[in-house]
Amino acid sequence: MITVRIPTPLRPMTGGKGEVEATGGSVLELIDHLNGAHPGLKDRICDEQGEVRRFINIYVNEEDIRFLTGKETPLKDGDEVSIVPAIAGGSHG
Amino acid sequence: MRAASAKPGNAANERFQHPDVMMDFTEDQIQRYSRQIILPDVGGKGQRKLLEAKVLLIGAGGLGSPIALYLGAAGIGTIGLIDGDVVDLSNLQRQVLHTTNTVGVPKVESGRRLLAALNPDVTVNTYQENIGMDNIMKLLPEYDIVLDGSDNFGTRFLVNDACFFAKKTLISGSIFRFEGQLTTIKPHEGYPCYRCLYPEPPPAGLVPNCQEAGVLGVLAGTIGILQANEAIKEILGLGDTLADRLLIYDALEMKFRKVGRPKDPKCPLCSDNPTITTLEEHHVSCSI
Repeated sequence: MITVRIPTPLRPMTGGKGEVEATGGSVLELIDHLNGAHPGLKDRICDEQGEVRRFINIYVNEEDIRFLTGKETPLKDGDEVSIVPAIAGGSHG
Repeated sequence: MRAASAKPGNAANERFQHPDVMMDFTEDQIQRYSRQIILPDVGGKGQRKLLEAKVLLIGAGGLGSPIALYLGAAGIGTIGLIDGDVVDLSNLQRQVLHTTNTVGVPKVESGRRLLAALNPDVTVNTYQENIGMDNIMKLLPEYDIVLDGSDNFGTRFLVNDACFFAKKTLISGSIFRFEGQLTTIKPHEGYPCYRCLYPEPPPAGLVPNCQEAGVLGVLAGTIGILQANEAIKEILGLGDTLADRLLIYDALEMKFRKVGRPKDPKCPLCSDNPTITTLEEHHVSCSI
C-alpha cells in the first residue's frame, strides 16, 4: 500500500481525509486508482491531456516527480506520495 | 540616549563588556534585547546586524502582521510595509497588527502606529499602495530581504521575478484554510526560484481566495512567525536554510513536512537559458 497525502483543497473529494491509502506501480496508476475510489480527483490533479497540472506538485518520498520520471515515476509498497498545490493566501480576505 | 553601563552579574551586560559592542547600544537597548543577546549565536554583533537590517513586507495582513510584530520586537531596524488596503473589522480575527481602534485606517498606517508603540528603535516605511510592476523595482534596492505575505498568485510571481532581478532574498509564506507553505528563495546564491517550484499559477477562479475559502487566524500567525524566524536566520547567517526545501504545515493533523525543492533546469527565469530576461516579460495577471 502507498500512503497518499491529500491537500486541504482536495479533501472534500476524499470525505475530508488528509491521508488515504492506494495502490499503483507508477504515479499515473496511483492517480487512476485514486480516481476510482474518489471520482473526480484525477480531473483536479491532471489537465485534459492527462498531464499533472503545472501548479500542482507530486512528491514521492519528498522528491518532486518532475525531477524524477514524471507521472511514470515508479512506486513501491510503503512509499509516501504527497500532492501539493500552489497556495497564495496571506494578506487580504 | 543614555550610554550603556554594564551591571555585574548580568550575562547580557557581561557580553556587552566587549568595547566594540558596548559603545553601540543604549541601556534601554541592552535591557530590551537582553534575552536574545545572551543567545550564543546572536550576541551584541548579531543584535547590531538586526538593528541595521532592512526588510520589506509585501502585505500588512494575515501573514504580514505576525511578521511585522516579531521582527519589530526583535529590533529589525527598518521595516517597509506595502499594502493598499484599509483595516476592516473582518481582518481583526487574524491580522493582529491592527486593532478595533484602527478600523478604517490604512493598514500601513495602522501597522506603523503599533510598531512605533512596540519598539521605538524600528523605522517603519509605509507605502499605501499595492505592489506592482510600476513600483517594485524602485522599492527593492532599499531593502535587504523581502517577505511575501501577499494573497494572490500574480503578486507572488511578480515578487519572485523582481527579487531575482534585484538579487534579493525572498521568504515566501502562504496559507489556505488549515494548510501553510513556507520556503526561502535566493536564486542569486544558486538556489531555485518560485517558478522552479510552481511553473505556472492556477487558472483564474480555480483556487478560491481566503475570503471565499476561509482561513484560521492562528494558521496565519504560525506561518508568519516562521517567516520571521527564517528572516532573522538569514540576517544572522544561522542554522539551516529552507532555500532548497518547501515546508508544508498541516494545522489539523499537526504535521510539518519538508519536501525537496530542486532547481529546474528549464526554469524560464533562473535557468541557464531563461525566456524571461526582464521584469516586463513576466506574464502573470495580478487578478489571479
